[in-house]
Amino acid sequence: MHYKHRIAQRAAREIRPGQNINLGIGIPTLIMDYLPEGQQVFVHSENGIWGMGRRAAPGCEQPDLIDAGAAYTTCVAGAACFDTLTSFAIIRGGRIDLTFLGALEVGQNGDLANWIIPGKMTPGIGGGMELAQKSRRVVVLTTHVNKSGAPKILKTCSLPLTAPACVGLIITDLAVIEVTGEGLRLRELAAGVPVDEVVAKTEAQLLVPAGQLPTF
Amino acid sequence: MTMSKLQTAAEACRPIRDGATLLVGGFGQPGTPHTLLGQVLAQGTGELTLVKNDANEPGLGISRLIEAGRVCRLIASHVGLNPLAVAMSHAGRLQIEVYPQGILAEKIRAGGVGLGGILTDIGLHLENPAASRLVEVGGIQYKIEPALRGDIALIHAERADTMGNLVFTGTASNFNPAMAMAADLVIVEAAEIVAAGALDPDQVHLPGAFVDRVVLIESTGSDYGVLKHHALQA
Repeated sequence: MHYKHRIAQRAAREIRPGQNINLGIGIPTLIMDYLPEGQQVFVHSENGIWGMGRRAAPGCEQPDLIDAGAAYTTCVAGAACFDTLTSFAIIRGGRIDLTFLGALEVGQNGDLANWIIPGKMTPGIGGGMELAQKSRRVVVLTTHVNKSGAPKILKTCSLPLTAPACVGLIITDLAVIEVTGEGLRLRELAAGVPVDEVVAKTEAQLLVPAGQLPTF
Repeated sequence: MTMSKLQTAAEACRPIRDGATLLVGGFGQPGTPHTLLGQVLAQGTGELTLVKNDANEPGLGISRLIEAGRVCRLIASHVGLNPLAVAMSHAGRLQIEVYPQGILAEKIRAGGVGLGGILTDIGLHLENPAASRLVEVGGIQYKIEPALRGDIALIHAERADTMGNLVFTGTASNFNPAMAMAADLVIVEAAEIVAAGALDPDQVHLPGAFVDRVVLIESTGSDYGVLKHHALQA
């Protein structure tokens, strides 16, 4: 299984029945394929859907029904469509239980940077800042290191923050790491990945529990 | 004789002058008023300030105006799908100002409902306390975001009646209702226009009180169709 799908599959296990969830661009979008069977989950899309379904099958696209990444999508039974004001009332009003976001950097206190590389990548924040700051729980899905091999999980983020101290859980291609009051606690390892490798590729201090860790 | 707000695109867009600030509906393609934007392009209007969630994509929507050099300033939330607009901004040929998406919408709403601005705690960590206008309410710190209005709003609706009552569809609603409240002149294009009385008053999404002119979309060509690169391949 491709590592992105392995991350998405593991991430889906964080979802509880009846939750309102939001899936950010990139790996989080893949969670649609792993939503818990037979359990009602309400996927919110910030461009105006509550109850978003899977991507539209080829030939079945509706021009006026897209997800936040511009892909043609569908609505499940019981869905609602609405305007931006209503959509962000759901977000800032605290009705999103769980948000999955990508990351450029995560700080060991749960700081998240995922929207700007000054002078290089400057697309604007979209809905990410409000989702990161106001969702009840934020789970970050990311590769453990960046394209040049440098750690993304840092003592302190160097990039401008999306939101401070917002991340609760980090799921990477190597490990599952929980952000706690004491620091970052290693919870699970990807199958076949040794603890040493995770520690070596994490700049931040990791709390490593004694004994065998579960794998995913 | 019954009053009607129905006009041609050319008639409706005639008051749009060089230097105007235009509020433009749409999140990506859905809700983008392509017919009205096409008219603005055709009549040669320039030096525009546009307020839109995004910059569409190269060759589409407001990107055509940007590419034609008609836009000097864009107020948006995310322009990541338009590398041309990003490159123009890096080259100093287009000024882009971005806000968090829901805050941009609330700034516009405030402009539309007669408020001077909003108080928000979003992105407060990026503010320079010395330079920002901060206020404390109930022990929580907020910053003041001033209201945002336009000279003219260009709105896309699925259905309108001749009184300007509007119905939106799917994800094409987005910024349209807020923007339709926040401009001096509100021009709406609709895929279908029906007689007054044909819409159920209880099902109207935006009352015609906000709407000045209604234009029928005559060609629902490729601008309004499915963009193949955003569809799953068979």
